[in-house]
Amino acid sequence: MTASIATSQGILVVGGGISGMTAALEAAECGKQVILVEKTPSLGGRTAQLYRYFPKMCHPSCGMEINLKRIKGNPNLRVMTMTEVIAVSGTRGNYAVTLKVTPRYVTPDCTACGECGKVVASEVADPFNYGLSKVKAAYLPHAMAYPQRYVIDPLIVDTAEGEAAKAACKYGAVDLGMKEETIQINVGSVVWTTGWRPYDAAKIQPYGYDRYANVITSVEFERLCDPHGPTGGKILRPGDGKEARNIAFIQCAGSRDENHLPHCSRICCMASLKQTQYVREAYGDGENAGKSTIYYIDIRAIDRLEDFYRMVQQDPTVSFVKSKVARIAENKENGNPVLHGVDTEGYHRYATEHDLVVLAVGMEAEVTGVKLPEDIILDSSNFIEGSRDGGMFGAGAASSPLDVNRSVQSATAASLKAIQVIYKTASTEAA
Amino acid sequence: MADNKFAAYICSGCGIGDAFKMAALEKVATKEGKMSMVKSHPFLCNAEGVQMIRDDIANEAVTHICIAACSRRAKTEAFNFPTVAMSRANLREGVLWVVAAGAEHDEVRQEMAEDYIRMGCAEIKKMNLPKGNANRDQTRNKSILVVGGGMTGMTAALAAAEAGYEIVLVEKTDALGGFAARLWKRVPFSGPYAAPQATGVAEMAASIGANARIKVHLNTTVAETGGAPGRFKIKLATESGSVSELTVGAIVQASGFTPYDIGKLPELGGGQANVVDQAGLEALAKAANGGAIKRADGKDIKSVVFVQCAGQRDETGTHLPYCSGHCCATSIKQAMYFKDANPEVDTVVMYDDLRVPGMGEDFYRSAQQKGVIFTKGKASKVTGGDSCKVEFADLILDEQTSIDADLVVLATGQVANAGVNLDAWTEVNTLAEGGDEGAKQKRTEMKTISILNLDYRQGPDVPQFKHGFADSHFICFPYETRRTGIYAAGPMRRPMDMLQATEDATGAAMKAIQAVENAAAGRAAHPRAGDLSYPIARLEGCTQCKRCTVECPFGAIDEDEKRFPVFNEERCRRCGTCMGACPVRVISFENYSCDTVGMQVKAVNVPDEDEEKPRILILACENDAYPALDMAGVQRLTYSAYVRAIPVRCLGSVNTIWITDALNQGFDGVMMMGCKKGDDYQCHFVKGSEMAYYRMSKIGDTLTQLGLEPERVVTEEVAITDNARVAKLINDYAAQINDIGLSPMKGFG
Repeated sequence: MTASIATSQGILVVGGGISGMTAALEAAECGKQVILVEKTPSLGGRTAQLYRYFPKMCHPSCGMEINLKRIKGNPNLRVMTMTEVIAVSGTRGNYAVTLKVTPRYVTPDCTACGECGKVVASEVADPFNYGLSKVKAAYLPHAMAYPQRYVIDPLIVDTAEGEAAKAACKYGAVDLGMKEETIQINVGSVVWTTGWRPYDAAKIQPYGYDRYANVITSVEFERLCDPHGPTGGKILRPGDGKEARNIAFIQCAGSRDENHLPHCSRICCMASLKQTQYVREAYGDGENAGKSTIYYIDIRAIDRLEDFYRMVQQDPTVSFVKSKVARIAENKENGNPVLHGVDTEGYHRYATEHDLVVLAVGMEAEVTGVKLPEDIILDSSNFIEGSRDGGMFGAGAASSPLDVNRSVQSATAASLKAIQVIYKTASTEAA
Repeated sequence: MADNKFAAYICSGCGIGDAFKMAALEKVATKEGKMSMVKSHPFLCNAEGVQMIRDDIANEAVTHICIAACSRRAKTEAFNFPTVAMSRANLREGVLWVVAAGAEHDEVRQEMAEDYIRMGCAEIKKMNLPKGNANRDQTRNKSILVVGGGMTGMTAALAAAEAGYEIVLVEKTDALGGFAARLWKRVPFSGPYAAPQATGVAEMAASIGANARIKVHLNTTVAETGGAPGRFKIKLATESGSVSELTVGAIVQASGFTPYDIGKLPELGGGQANVVDQAGLEALAKAANGGAIKRADGKDIKSVVFVQCAGQRDETGTHLPYCSGHCCATSIKQAMYFKDANPEVDTVVMYDDLRVPGMGEDFYRSAQQKGVIFTKGKASKVTGGDSCKVEFADLILDEQTSIDADLVVLATGQVANAGVNLDAWTEVNTLAEGGDEGAKQKRTEMKTISILNLDYRQGPDVPQFKHGFADSHFICFPYETRRTGIYAAGPMRRPMDMLQATEDATGAAMKAIQAVENAAAGRAAHPRAGDLSYPIARLEGCTQCKRCTVECPFGAIDEDEKRFPVFNEERCRRCGTCMGACPVRVISFENYSCDTVGMQVKAVNVPDEDEEKPRILILACENDAYPALDMAGVQRLTYSAYVRAIPVRCLGSVNTIWITDALNQGFDGVMMMGCKKGDDYQCHFVKGSEMAYYRMSKIGDTLTQLGLEPERVVTEEVAITDNARVAKLINDYAAQINDIGLSPMKGFG
C-alpha cells in the first residue's frame, strides 16, 4: 500500500526482515503511519532464507505469508525496497531522514510475467542462495518475493541484453534510465531492525573455510537442504558435488571467542541441532542413514527448547563431542575435512574425517553498510541498545543475537516504544 | 440501500489473451455469471485499467466486482477497491501457468478458465462488503487490565500508560514488585555486563504510584472475567471480601512463577540446614545488605557451591523436564555477591551446560575473572548441615568425587503461575455437565488456582502449551494465547530472565493496545488482522448441538441458558471453524459463507460422462496450500487441468455440504489441502486442519450411501513450500481417479 504520508506522527522501520515486518505491522495495525525500508529487492531478510525453524521444523514462509497478507491489506504501511537510510538528523519526535533508493530498473507496472528473464542469458551470483548458485540478470528474487516484481542487475543495464529485456516487456515496466534517488522524510521515531550477518568464517583461519571447499557455513547449509535451494534439497558438497552423509557441525565458530565475537550468538546450538534433522530427513535412520556429529562447548538449548535437544540426543544418527575443534586439515585424496582436537570428556585426542563440515557461524550485528546516526548507543559487540535521545530503538537481531521467536518479541516491544514517542510528541504539540 | 450492481473485469495481459478465447470468457461472465457489466483490458493492473474500474464504481454504481486476472495474492495494491465486494478469478497462476503448453491442451485450458470465471461470478453474487462488527459501539473501552504486579506487570502497565492508555494494575499481595522485590540485585540489563545491578523495583513502583493513568489494586485478585475485547467485565475481589466491578478493553496476564519446591529434592539436600534455593540465597544477601553474606545460623561462609539444574532438565519424569534459562546467570550473579564482598570466598558453580546466551557470555567471563570456579559435573547427592557435602560426577575427569562447602545453593526452576490446565478442566467439566457430582466438586476445586476466572464456555484460564506455560505455539507469533485480547507475558508464558520479561511485557502491552483498537474499529485481530467480516448466526435455525461452542479454537462462543450459542464477535478470529462445524449451516460471514463457496462449487460446469473429463474439487487453506499452488504456477510446474481450486480461510471452515454437493453434482474427487496437524500443528487457527480430518473420517457413510468409493474424498497436509509436491499430489490423484473411473453421479446434479 502506498497511501501513507510521512510526518512527525510517523514511524520509520529500517530493515524488512521478520523483525522489521513485525515492528512495522504492529504499529500500523494500531493505526500509526509507518514506513518500512529494506535495502534488498524484497522483504523477508535472512528468515526467508531458512529452510525450517527449530523446534517445530515448520517453514518460515508460512508466517511470512501471513505477514505479507497483513502488509498488503494495511493502508497505514508503506514499504520501500532497495532503500537505505543514509542520514538522520533532528531529535526524538522530529527526525529528518535521508533515504537512498537504488534503481531496480523495473517499475511497479511489472506483472512478474517473466518475459524479460527469458531473453536474458547473463547470470549473477544469487544472493538468496548465498552465492551457491546463479540467477539470470533479470530475476524475481524468489518464488514468494514481495513485492512480486523483477529486478534487473546493473550488469546488463547498459548492454544489448538490457535493451532486449526492455523490448520483451509488454507493459513498459523496464526502465533502464532509472537513476538513484534521494528522498527526505520526516518521522517521529525510528526502529532499527537491520538484523545480522554471518560472521566471516574465513577469519577463523584454523578452520580453513577459505581453503577447503567442503567446509561451509550454517547459513549455506540451510540453502543446501532447502528443496528450493541450489541443489534441490540434496546435500551435495561444494567440493565435488558428491552427497555428503557424514557431517560435522562445529559450534561457536567465531562466537564466545575474544579473537572473533566475544558474545554467544544464542541461535547456533539450536540451529545445528535442527540441521542434524535435515540430515536425518535426507537419509532416514535405516541402513543408509547419514551421520551428524556436533562438536560443542555447551549446548545452550534453553527453556522448552531443551525438549528438542533431548529428542536429538536420542537420535542414533547424531553424536556429540564436547570439544572446541582446534583445527581442520584436508585429506588430499578425497577432499574430506579432518578435524583435530581434544575431547574434554575424558581428555583424549582425535583426528576425525567427515564428508562435510558445517561451521555454526556466529551472528554479527549488521552495522557496516548501515549508516547509524551518532546518537545511537551500541554495546561492546555493536548491537543497538537505543539512542541517547530516547527516540530510536534497536529490535530483533540488530539489538542482540536472537532467534526468530525472540526477535518478534523484541520487535513487538520496540513498536510500542516508538508509539510512546509519537504519543508524547503529539501530546506536547497539543499542549 | 442502493441496488447491487455486478461487474466482471477480465485481463488479457501476461499471455491470458493469447492463451484463451477472450470473447468466450466474456460471454461466460455475461450469460452464465449474469454480470451486468463485463469489460476486458489488456493490462488491467496498470493505472488505466484500475482507473476504468474506479470510474465504474464511481459513475456506474458498481457494488460487486469479479477480477479475472492473476491470483488474489498478486497485484493487491492495484486491485484495492475498499468500497466494493470483490472476488478474484485466478486465470494466471491458477490456469495459464499450470496447464501444460500445447494446442492439445487448449480445450481443457479454456474450460478451466471459463469455470474460474463462473466461480468468481457465483461467489460475488453471494458476497457482501463486510461492514465491521455491528456491536462495536459497545466495545470501545480502551483501558487495559494488568494482572500481576511483579517486574513483568509493572513494565506492561508503564509501557501502555506511556502510550496514553488507562491501566488497572492488580496485585494479589500487599506490595508491588513480585519476585524481583525479593532479589538483592539483578543480572545486568545493559553493558558492561560485568557486575550485578540494582533491581530498580522501588523506582518502578514509585513511577507507577506517580502515574495518573495507572490505578493500582493491592491485595486484590480477579474473581471473574467475562465479555470480550473492548468490553471485558471484570470483578475484582479484595482480601477483605469486597468485590468491585469494572470494564476494560484488554488484559495482560503477568502472573509470574513460583520457584520449584526444593522440598521435592531431598537427594540434593532440599529441606536440610544450609541448603537453600536461589531465592533463599537472595534473602541471605538482602539480610547482609551489602556486607558479607552469612548463613541462617549466623556463621561466616568461606565456601559455597551452586548446583545448577537442580530438579530441572530432568529425564526421569520426576522433576521439571525443561531448562529455566535464567539460572546459570543467576548463580553467576550470586557467586559475584560473595566474590565482590570477599574474593577469598570459594565459589563453585557446578553445571552440565553453562547457558548464558547472548551478552551473558560477558557476564560469565567477568565471573571467571573474579575467580568463580566453574566445574562441569552432575551432583548426585547433597548433604546439608554445619558442613555441607556435594557428591558429584566430574564430567571432565570422568570420576566420582565430592566437595565440601559451608553453603549449597540449588538452582531450581520456574514453575508457571498460569492457572487451570484447560485440558484437565475440559475433561472434568464434561463429566460435571453430565451430572457427575464428584466431577462438579473437582471442578470447583480446580478453579481455586484460576488466575482470570474467565466465564468462558471453554474454561477459566488461557490455554497452556507445554509444561504448564501459557506460551504460543507459533514461532512467528509469540503472543498468540488463543484468547483474543488476553496476552500472557513474563515467566508464566515461558521460563525467562528478568530482562526478557521486561521486553515480553512491553510486547504484550503492545498487543493489548492493538486488541482494544481493533475492537473499537470492529475488526479482527491476528491472523486475519483488519478483517471486517464477523460471524452472523441465524439462531432460529439452530439445533443447539453445541458443536460451534465446543470446536471454536479461540473460545469465542459461549452458550445461553437454552444452550444457544452466544457469539462474542470481538473474540472471534474469523477462521470459520464454527461455520464448518454447523450441521444446519446457520453461521456465515458477509463475504464468506456456505453459499459463497457452495455456489462456486455449483457453478463449475461438470461435463457428461461420455466426455471423459473428470472434475476434481480442491479446497485449499488460503494461507499455505493455496500459496503453494500459486507458487507452483510461478515456477511453471504443471498439473492436471481437471482440478478447480477454491481457497478457504481454514480447512476447519469447510462444511461437509460443499463436499456432498460437489459429489452429487458429479465431481469425481475432492481434495482438501490443509496444514500440518498434531502436536507440532501448523494450522494458524490451531485445529482447523485436525477438525477437517476428523469430519472427513465421518464422511465415509455418506459416500457409501451415494455408492461412491472412499477415495473420492482425500485430505492432504500441504506446507507452503510444497510447490512441487502439490503439483505431484494433484497429478497422482488425477491418475487415481482415472483408475477408479468417473463418478456415477454425473447427470443427476
